[in-house]
Amino acid sequence: MTDHATSPVTWHAWLTTTSPESRRQAKLGQLYRQWLAFRKNPAAVVGLVIVLALLLLAAFAPLIAQHDPLAQALDQRLLAPSAKHWFGTDALGRDIFSRVVYGTRVTLVIVMLVVITVGPLGLLIGCAAGYFGGWVDTVLMRITDVFLAFPRLVLALAFVAALGPGLENAVIAIAFTAWPPYARVARAETMIIRNADYISAMRLQGASQMRIVLKHVVPMCVPSLIVRTTYDMAGIIIIAAGLGFLGLGAQPPIPEWGAMISTGREQIFDQWWVATFPGIAICVVALGFNLLGDGLRDVLDAR
Amino acid sequence: MVAISAPTPPAPPRAKSRAARWAKILGRELTTVAITIFGLLLVTFLIARVMPIDPVLAVVGDRAPADVYDKARLALGLDKPYWQQFATYIGKVFTGDLGTSVLTAQKVTDDIKTVFPATLELATLGTLIGVALGVPLGILAAVNQGRWIDQIARVIGLIGYSIPVFWLGLMGLLLFYAKLGWVAGPGRLSVAYQDFVTPVTGLVMLDAAMQGEWEAVIDAFWHLILPASVLGLLSVAYISRMTRSFMITELQQQYVVAARVKGLSEWRVVCGHALGNAFVPLVTVIALSYMHLLEGSVLTETIFAWPGLGRYITNALLNADMNAVLGGTLVVGAVFIAVNLFSDILGRVADPRAR
Amino acid sequence: MRHVAKLMAASAFAALLASAAQAQTPKDTIVMAKQIDDIITLDPAEAFEFSGVEAVTNLYDKLIGVDLAKNNALVGELAQSWTVSPDQLTYTFKLRPGVKFHSGNPLTAADVVYSFQRAVTLNKSPGFILTQFGLNKDTVLEKVKAADDNTVVITVSKPFAPSFFLNCLTSGVASIVDSKLVKANEKDGDWGNGWLKLASAGSGAYKVRAYRPNEQYALDANEGWYKGAPKTKRIIVRHVAEPASQRLLLEKGDIDIARNLSKDQLAAVKSNANVKIIQGDKGYILYLGLNQKNPNLAKPEVREALKWLVDYDAIEKNIVEGTYKGHESFLPKGFLGAIDDKPYKLDVAKAKELLAKAGLPNGFTVTMDTRSVNPITDIAQAVQSTWAQAGIKLEILPGDGKQTLTKYRARTHDIYIGQWGPDYLDPHTNAETFAINEDNGEDAKSKTLAWRNAWDIPDMTKVTQANVLESDASKRAAVYGSLQRDHQKVSPFVIMFQQIEVSAQRKGVDNWVIGPSSDTNFYAPITKN
Repeated sequence: MTDHATSPVTWHAWLTTTSPESRRQAKLGQLYRQWLAFRKNPAAVVGLVIVLALLLLAAFAPLIAQHDPLAQALDQRLLAPSAKHWFGTDALGRDIFSRVVYGTRVTLVIVMLVVITVGPLGLLIGCAAGYFGGWVDTVLMRITDVFLAFPRLVLALAFVAALGPGLENAVIAIAFTAWPPYARVARAETMIIRNADYISAMRLQGASQMRIVLKHVVPMCVPSLIVRTTYDMAGIIIIAAGLGFLGLGAQPPIPEWGAMISTGREQIFDQWWVATFPGIAICVVALGFNLLGDGLRDVLDAR
Repeated sequence: MVAISAPTPPAPPRAKSRAARWAKILGRELTTVAITIFGLLLVTFLIARVMPIDPVLAVVGDRAPADVYDKARLALGLDKPYWQQFATYIGKVFTGDLGTSVLTAQKVTDDIKTVFPATLELATLGTLIGVALGVPLGILAAVNQGRWIDQIARVIGLIGYSIPVFWLGLMGLLLFYAKLGWVAGPGRLSVAYQDFVTPVTGLVMLDAAMQGEWEAVIDAFWHLILPASVLGLLSVAYISRMTRSFMITELQQQYVVAARVKGLSEWRVVCGHALGNAFVPLVTVIALSYMHLLEGSVLTETIFAWPGLGRYITNALLNADMNAVLGGTLVVGAVFIAVNLFSDILGRVADPRAR
Repeated sequence: MRHVAKLMAASAFAALLASAAQAQTPKDTIVMAKQIDDIITLDPAEAFEFSGVEAVTNLYDKLIGVDLAKNNALVGELAQSWTVSPDQLTYTFKLRPGVKFHSGNPLTAADVVYSFQRAVTLNKSPGFILTQFGLNKDTVLEKVKAADDNTVVITVSKPFAPSFFLNCLTSGVASIVDSKLVKANEKDGDWGNGWLKLASAGSGAYKVRAYRPNEQYALDANEGWYKGAPKTKRIIVRHVAEPASQRLLLEKGDIDIARNLSKDQLAAVKSNANVKIIQGDKGYILYLGLNQKNPNLAKPEVREALKWLVDYDAIEKNIVEGTYKGHESFLPKGFLGAIDDKPYKLDVAKAKELLAKAGLPNGFTVTMDTRSVNPITDIAQAVQSTWAQAGIKLEILPGDGKQTLTKYRARTHDIYIGQWGPDYLDPHTNAETFAINEDNGEDAKSKTLAWRNAWDIPDMTKVTQANVLESDASKRAAVYGSLQRDHQKVSPFVIMFQQIEVSAQRKGVDNWVIGPSSDTNFYAPITKN
């Protein structure tokens, strides 16, 4: 056991050394320096804390919620916030706090599904356009423009209407509207990489186009896309809530925040809590992702 | 919500005559526009066609007997193949005929003439509010870069990105209309003024002012202010952030240092010189944000019962009112494209390398 | 900074102005907030939606009307009197003399003939109400004749119960239009349909001043109405989608009448001394339709079990109190032959027993297409939770109204939750849709609710059809009674509630009476102090 493995000071020195001994050390050192920069930004740290809290809430929802989020008690409807029901109850007598807590799971599922659909889609289209250029670029970018020229919510709305209601379909609809900016970022990135010497070298060695794009171009685009994604999470959450609000997102009785606000609309002037708390939840989580994304961008994407 | 694209970088100058280069650029842009609009219509058409909503229902209602239903279906041309329906539609668009809406029984062009000004009104005031708050906030942040004012400005901006507009609208109504009574409720005008104002431009405040109905102007203003503020808050985020970054770039330039050396007041340096130079990119940003407020109005209009374009499209969509959906999308798309084009051209004109 | 202060002072002043201006609606005008986005047209030959029919009934007069004060007895409107031939095939109507249209044109027998001809020739959605008596575009001029300027003779194809035919004449499609005016606005042989969608050409209590779809319609009083000038000069009906907004507008005095308050809003305004609530039984039935194409739902035991699995009382008390009441048969209260039997209540044990008998002791999974509006969504969720107690997993598919309807009409649903409103004031309207299915094939001509749920009932169809020819009202009522009891046992319809239409109005607004159908919501008597 070496000494520096246990002492944080030595860790610090090892990580921040200006003459790393291995590739791994350099890489870790870079990450560590980025972490230090990130840590200096209080807003970003708050964002990180919020996002971590979201993950924890989702993971331990059954322990944190005091009630079953789906259990109706028609004789206890629209109760004001109290010690028993922290956020009050809704029109079917369900505990709003428990529904908000379980709603974190719904939100996370939506966000993750969108990310794993949009990322690859945008990446592929953008990299292909940027790498091949010419007519491939023109065609793909025209398609991107068409989608960008749509009001995003209207497009998502149309897709959901076409696919039918439900969480999965809402995700697909959002993914359909969210990819164009990713494609643009990936394209811009690829255009830079394309002309790099090592790519030309590989081309000369006779590597297949497919191989170059998938093995060398795509991985280089990933970091900036991750930043873009974090930054976009808030937008995704808000669009998803908007669909839920219009009654086209999650199916009842799933505790989706947007749908919860929508049902609280009717009681807004008398039982303000029904629509207020899910809204605050959306704001906090969206703000968390925005702060985090903002911090990450400062650190990783200095350009 | 923040899918705002940066203006594309201008092409490197070539040794050609200026006029020829501009003609080429213009030609290319116009082709792009035409293709994009065509694509927009095609996508809209396809979506609307696969939608499992029966457009005939909007014409005859749920309880129509079978023969009535069949007749209406034939009248809409729904028995023809899709490509033929689309070709017919495109053909008509070229002659300026967007068809008739089944929901309102009016020409789509007439409908849009009434709903578009309502949205325009909302987005314009929203943008003004966004600029009035966002630009000073951005400047303040840039001047105090890295200090706590900068942090606060950043967080305010991010909060603007994080609040769902429909929720903010509801809360605004709850607080400022229901509880405090400071503003008027949903709708564009109180019922009492509904028939006083004859639409000329379609912008209620302007029309009322032209007709000397000052009470109606005030009434319209108090209906407009809340939804516009809600929208404005959305654009504060974007505008302040971009202002900050432009200003930081400008403040690092040589001429600023020179101006400071000359002993000009900080106020004149910042607002006179730096802001002046950041003006063009700022206008681009404001134009883009304006365009996004047009989009953001979909939910705002639902909450505030605002008879605008967003609500028109949504409503048409849910009734499979094809002509209205296509017509509305065409208008929004055209505005998007026009604003993008405008910012592109502005970028080229302003960029010294392109001059 | 000084500018800012000035601006703030100015806006504070303006706020004062605005709040002062907001206080009241004009004295001679009634402003109503209502959900009117269902209106497709104001043409009486075409209007068939709740709001459209309500507008039409205030714009046009018919030959016959109902007297709300006398238990909906038939009374003459434009027809001063009428006679029925002994063979029940010929009806002779004597017109009221001296009636004029809004345009000033006199109303004559020729207008009546034209109106009937127009309605059956256009044959829009409500056209069948007249064509079911054998009137169609080829025969109408033989069957509807002007004997002289003041006499109209109508011949029907079968000896229908006279009450059936006369009740049908009280519906909007039988409105009398101003033939000269309509002809003048005809375009491409459309019988003036395009023009009448947004305008009026009648003799009724009000005329259209301006109508903007999805926004509002404004009506002006017809000072020369044959029953005397309406009490209120102008009626403005404004589309306000949100019940919460309607309530707020009402409490602030921005409107005089709010038409779509929900249970919670009603409870809230009850304590407001400036607001009072009136109500009337409406014929709308809230039910679940169980598609018989679904093999599980096709089992008779399952159909019955589902009826035992709804907590009717709890839903009524907690979700729809004051806006719906328990009702489990297809004829709404107030109709000839209506019964008040409520055989079902929540009984999970019994339902489980039935499910076991059907071979589904562990329940099954099924979907329900549900409009994303209240109280429909809330009721659906309450049903979902009681069904779960018997192991039935109900998946709610939310959607917009048109979306769910499209599926329902194509018979691709499992379960549909929805409302049905009578087309006219005769029991046959509901009996037909709930208990007649002439042809269960996909291309059937008549697509009743029984057809939509693929319920094949040749015998019940015959009984129901024969009953429209029964001229003895009490016999007719008795047959409807036994038909409904049968229906309750075997039908794939879980009938749950009948709507109560509620209207909340400012103090000082009086004499507004809600009738049993949209055809009978009359604005003319409304007064305001």
